[in-house]
Formats: sequence, structure tokens, C-alpha cells
Amino acid sequence: MLAKRIIPCLDVRNGRVVKGQKFQNIKDVDDPVRLAKTYSELGADELVFYDITASNEERDIFIDVVEQTAEQVHIPFTVGGGIRSVEDFRKVLKAGADKVSVNSAAVKNPQIIQEAAEKFGSQCVVLSIDAKQNEEGRWSVYLNGGRVNTEKDALEWAKEGERLGAGEIVLNAMDTDGIKTGFSLDITKAISEQVNIPVVASGGAGTQKHFLEVLTEGKADAALAASVFHFEEIEIKALKNYLAENDVEVRQIP
Amino acid sequence: MISIIDYGAGNLKSVQHALTTLGFESDIVSSKEKIIESDALILPGVGAFRDAMEQLKSMDLAETIKNQAENGKPILGICLGLQLFYETSYENGTWEGLGLLEGEIVRFRDDVKVPHMGWNTLIPHSDVNPEKGLAEGISEKDYAYFVHSFYAEPKNQDEVVLWSDYGLKFPAAVQKGNIYGMQFHPEKSSEVGMKLLKNFGELVT
Repeated sequence: MLAKRIIPCLDVRNGRVVKGQKFQNIKDVDDPVRLAKTYSELGADELVFYDITASNEERDIFIDVVEQTAEQVHIPFTVGGGIRSVEDFRKVLKAGADKVSVNSAAVKNPQIIQEAAEKFGSQCVVLSIDAKQNEEGRWSVYLNGGRVNTEKDALEWAKEGERLGAGEIVLNAMDTDGIKTGFSLDITKAISEQVNIPVVASGGAGTQKHFLEVLTEGKADAALAASVFHFEEIEIKALKNYLAENDVEVRQIP
Repeated sequence: MISIIDYGAGNLKSVQHALTTLGFESDIVSSKEKIIESDALILPGVGAFRDAMEQLKSMDLAETIKNQAENGKPILGICLGLQLFYETSYENGTWEGLGLLEGEIVRFRDDVKVPHMGWNTLIPHSDVNPEKGLAEGISEKDYAYFVHSFYAEPKNQDEVVLWSDYGLKFPAAVQKGNIYGMQFHPEKSSEVGMKLLKNFGELVT
């Protein structure tokens, strides 16, 4: 049976893994390649690297991290952050990434999803959606780390992304990101039920139970988290044991 | 020397890194001469069936690969590479493959999410010897990493070495003599994938 996936996310700035809260208070954590290797050994199913750098110089350091990871880690990984063109897709795929996630650029120019899917295949095109709930209870798509509301409906955008050729959706619920009160189950479930591609839940993981909830009630195919893994509050192996005890299909390593 | 065929489809470096880690010498090649010279071949592949076949033909490699395989040179197809070995694919049309194996490539039904993406269990075929051959050391507890929307329906089910289950049973690994195929990505399947690549490497070098 297909297993639910557990995915640590590594935000990389200037060649280091960093972690902030609600996109602020950035702290240095570790060397990305070393951390990627450790997570792979502990049973992580995939990894996500987000490039949160700004300058071109730092971008080269990031590509170097991608290359080294591809050499040393034998599980799939996604690269995101700063992907603006089909050429950017090509660059990170060539460096060894398996999938590329696109966020703001796709909101501004949805065709990028289609072009990348046609060129490289849907399997490597991930649509990443930052969503926040408004006062009427609807979910809107945000840009620039939650600063810009696009007024686009998150559920509709997910469906459009699928139609354009995305092979997977990462849903980052911004209300819960970094504050460890649990994933946003309703929107995750709504999207997962209405698209026929895998949905990765992101934002809000604080306890093992949160993972269980989003993978069952929330109907997510995978769950992504950063700080609970980086600061060793949740250990991947123990998390998978817990999920298995609660009848969730997970890949356990001996 | 194992040659990984570069025809512009996908991530060759990961396959090469995995082989290097396992101690097998490999080379990335894109010419007929190199293909003919090598001891064994790997045909990787991501993306669309039609594009891949057209690319192999436009580089004038399709016939060479086919001849080499038919004359006994070991060849491993990975993911789309495996699919290209079959006679026909129904991926957005009807396309002819290399025809090294009998059968067709069809899409998963819509009662499951497509692509089939993630780690799924490997189920050894009933008469496969778990102590030797491609599936040596593999049991039903082992997972491999899959990313695909289409799968092989082989004419001869005895060519299936490992099955997997995604709404229905489909071949995860196949073998007919010197022709090997893996629908999952061994280079991305951690220890289990490395074990399978090692089995292949030891069988062909």
C-alpha cells in the first residue's frame, strides 16, 4: 500500500539551514547536506529545500547545496523558493532536484505550470500555495511570505493548478505556520478531496497527534514540518512508530 | 562499465551517484559507439513516452539499443525507461515503443490519485527466488519510491519479479533474460533501492 509521507523542510539561506516563526525571527540551525543525510537515515520520506536567499551570489551557494545533496542522499527532494521561470526549473533539476515547487511566479503567470509540466513532466511540478483564512471563513492565496493577499480562492487555485499540469500541491496554512497549534485540517481536506493529485500539508506541526490528524481527518497524502524536526522536539522514527500504531500506513525502516 | 544513456530525459546524475556509491564504474553516454562498447546499459527516463521515443529516434539510438538488447547485452530500464521496453503506450495517444517486452503501457484509473507518487511496498512474484537474482533480499516489508501515471500490463506475467499495489496490482520490477526494468526509482529508494541496484550491478558485471 502507498505510504503517507513525512517530509522535513529545510529553509536555506547563505548555505545554512535556518528557521523562523511566521517568516520572522530567523535562527541558524545546521549544515543542509549534513541535516539532509541525518533525516534520510532517520526515515524521512522526502526532503524540501527552500531557497530563502535574495542575491545571485547566495543563489550559487544554494545550487551547490542541491548538487551535494543529490550526490549524498538517496531519497527524493524538492527545491523551491525563487523559481520564476522555466529556466529556473531546468537549473535546479539539472543540479539534481527531483521536483521543483513554484509559488508566487505561478500566481503571477499560471502558464509557467503548464510550460514546466510539458517540458519536464507533471511529476516534477509542485504548486506551493500559501493560504490564510479570511473573516468570512474562505481561504485566500497570499504572496511574499503572507504580506500580499491576492484575493484568489485557495481551493479554486489548487484545482486550476491541477488542470494546468501540476503533479502535487503543497498547502501551507499561514495562520498556523511556525506556531505549532496543529495543521489546518479543513482546507487541507477540502483541497485533497477536490483534486486528484497528492496534497502535502504544511504549517502548524507541534505534536505527533497533529501529524496523525492531518493524515487521517485532513486527508493529506504527506505532512511537512521544519522546526519540530530541526529542534528535535519530534523524532521521525518515533513519529512513524506512533502513526503505524494508529493504523496509518508509513514506511518504517528497521 | 555500465553506461547510462543520456537522451535528454531526466536525472542521470542520481543514478550515477548511486552506482558510484555501490562501487560500480559507470559512464553517461549518448552515442551509438559508446552504447555498443559498454558491458551493460541503463535507460533512465522521466517525462512523456512519445517525447522520449522521438528523442531516441532523432538521436538514432533506438535501433542500436534494441539490437544490443536483443543480442544479449544487459539493460535496465528505470521508470519511463521500463515503459519504453514495451510494444505500445497509450499515454496521450497510441505510441510504439522499443518492443523488447510484450505488453502495453496504460494509465491508472481515476479512483486513485494520479500520479502515483511516494513509497509503496514491493511484493515478490510467487515463484521468484528471494535468495538470488534481481529481487535478492527483498521482502514484502520493503518500500520503493514511485512517481508515475502509467504502468505496464505485460503479456507474460512470469516476467514480473516484483509487484506493487495501487488500486490494482501492477509490475514494480520485471525481467526477461538480459532485460530488466524497474518502475520505481531505485536511485531514490534509499537502502532498498541501493540493494536492488547492487543486485542488478552484480548480475551484469
